[in-house]
Amino acid sequence: MSEILVQTLVSGLLIGLIYALVAIGLTMIFGVMDIINFSHGEFLMFGMYSSFWMFSLYALDPMFTLPLTALFLFGLGVVVYKLVISKITNAPMVSQIFTTFGLMLLFRGIAQFLWKPDFRTIEKSMVSGHFSLAGIQVGTPQLTAGVGAILVTVGVYLFITKTRLGAALEATAADKEAARLMGIDSQKMFALAWGIGAACAGVAGGLLSTFFPIFPDVGANFILIAFVVVNLGGFGSIVGALVAGILVGVIEVMGGFLLGPQYKLAIVLVLFLAVLMFRPQGLMGKA
Amino acid sequence: MSVKTMCIRLVQAGAAMAISVSAYAQQEIRIGVLYPLTGAAASSGAEMKSALELAVDIINNGAKSVPGLPFSAGGGLPNLKGAKIKLVFADHQGNPQVGATEAERLITQEKVVALVGSYSSNVTVTSSQVAERYKIPFVNPESSSASLTQRNFKWFFRTTAHDDLFVQNFFEFFKELEARKGVKVKKLAAFNENTLWGNETTKLEVKLAAEKGYDLAKTISYPAKGTQLTSEVQLLKAAAPQVVMQSSYLGDAIMAMKTYKELGFSPDMILANNAGFTDTEFIRTLGKDADYVITRDVWALDLAKNNPLIKQVNDLFFERNKINFTGNSSRTFTGLMTLADAINRAGSTEPEAIRKALTETDIPGNKIIMPWKGIKFDDKGQNMYGSGILVQIIDGKYHTVWPFELATREVVWPMPKWDQRK
Repeated sequence: MSEILVQTLVSGLLIGLIYALVAIGLTMIFGVMDIINFSHGEFLMFGMYSSFWMFSLYALDPMFTLPLTALFLFGLGVVVYKLVISKITNAPMVSQIFTTFGLMLLFRGIAQFLWKPDFRTIEKSMVSGHFSLAGIQVGTPQLTAGVGAILVTVGVYLFITKTRLGAALEATAADKEAARLMGIDSQKMFALAWGIGAACAGVAGGLLSTFFPIFPDVGANFILIAFVVVNLGGFGSIVGALVAGILVGVIEVMGGFLLGPQYKLAIVLVLFLAVLMFRPQGLMGKA
Repeated sequence: MSVKTMCIRLVQAGAAMAISVSAYAQQEIRIGVLYPLTGAAASSGAEMKSALELAVDIINNGAKSVPGLPFSAGGGLPNLKGAKIKLVFADHQGNPQVGATEAERLITQEKVVALVGSYSSNVTVTSSQVAERYKIPFVNPESSSASLTQRNFKWFFRTTAHDDLFVQNFFEFFKELEARKGVKVKKLAAFNENTLWGNETTKLEVKLAAEKGYDLAKTISYPAKGTQLTSEVQLLKAAAPQVVMQSSYLGDAIMAMKTYKELGFSPDMILANNAGFTDTEFIRTLGKDADYVITRDVWALDLAKNNPLIKQVNDLFFERNKINFTGNSSRTFTGLMTLADAINRAGSTEPEAIRKALTETDIPGNKIIMPWKGIKFDDKGQNMYGSGILVQIIDGKYHTVWPFELATREVVWPMPKWDQRK
């Protein structure tokens, strides 16, 4: 029995790291400019398709194309910011929500139009297969994805805490006006936040593409959980998103195993409500 | 001929054509069709849409290669002066609310005379309620939730057999398997998605297993559209059943198979309940990992040896779409042909006349492309002659393995363990 529990813990941990990576992009955009990006799941979807096409057209393994996917999604994030989001930075919250929600529908529509609703998968990537460690089965793609998620998270964290650009980003997040007075171009910072946010989702998509089916609506499977993770971890907190992502993954899988799969999302949402009640700023958020 | 007279002639010809076109347009029979054209089930929806388009093309324009099929002479419906059928497509996205509003739109704004749809049982529930309210015939070719025809609806007609019967088939199969191959199946697990369809299947499996003396070691309902199925598969593994009876739509079916392999879960058999397991994408996506799964189905190409129509119509379908029929698309095709037959016999586009003609439907088995005795509705609108088959995937193709008298291949039992596969 304990072996199964360990197995469940490991599986939960691995999917949790992916949740964290998706959520980090989301929390970053929110943290810097207070906009909730409903189209975030679609950035993840584009990341998956980017990996898929480079694999099926040029036989490039998703592991090698991750930087390209990140770059591509970074560009997409910046373009979306420049063309759409920059127009609504000072609009009421409701307009912002509708705008990003509309983007979500648009992106799904584009994906469906371009690539049809077919399910696609990357069958033989260099990380496919699985291995057994002390009786615990570990999928190689899942493990790679988990490690990749940690690396990217640490990278983003270091970027924000250790570099001048990161400090400027954080200053903008803390106080837009004061940052501007210090000579920080908030427009550039916002664009950067969108770029990094989208790139995180894209990398998550690239990592997922080695073991998760790829289809235009795939973002919907992850976005609800990403919102829960962001809330649980505290809006705007990178470390919070990491901790909450792992927590949600483990609780979902272990809860599903111990109490029954029909309750697995319910368990996560109950935890989420509890945090909202007793610590509304989230685990790591500032009050 | 002078330029002037030529111009006049041209205008006259044009006017005549315009008149005949408008007369033509009046003879159009508008049928509303409701399928998931976007969303998670969209690829199944696209195949069913192709099947409908083929059926309409055969009725309107004929198909010389299938003389045995009703309406294959073309030229529309003979009893309605050759009126042609026009399909009005609506997308329900797999969403019951959208299904209901789209049904209403088709009836009130598109003025359709009948509805065909809508694949997902939970959407069929809501959209057929709308049809019932507006007194418009609703022909349901492929939803298998048993309760759909237990509502005493007057306007609802289902051509396919339903889950009660399909699940009974599982247990009949076990019994015959023991008699024929000496395989003794005792310990089962039920692994189903938790919308209407999966839940009803679960209930029925629990009931029948108890009645027939099987040990149902584990019953799992999982939330559809999740991100992982790890805990579910762990529970299955812990329960160690011989056979997993599974109902999943495409995305979950693929994810489940991948998780089985990854966690090394190898039951003797996965006995799937159609849907995702019979979608063309299932085999294309999983490749060799899809092999050996047995799935309940309603149609297989190899049944053509008993009924030549099956291959002839499939050839037409393949020519247009480069894919074969599936259990879904062949049933959708049959549903529309049944409705066309009723409208033709009604000789009218009045909903009440069509409804009456539907209740009098009696199509023999050799006029349809399904392995059924025919189509004849009982007083609840259920086709009494529908039935199921079991097919097994071997080398990426479906082979009929049960009923044993229709089988084209010996069943492979048990499935090889994952680590013993090539």
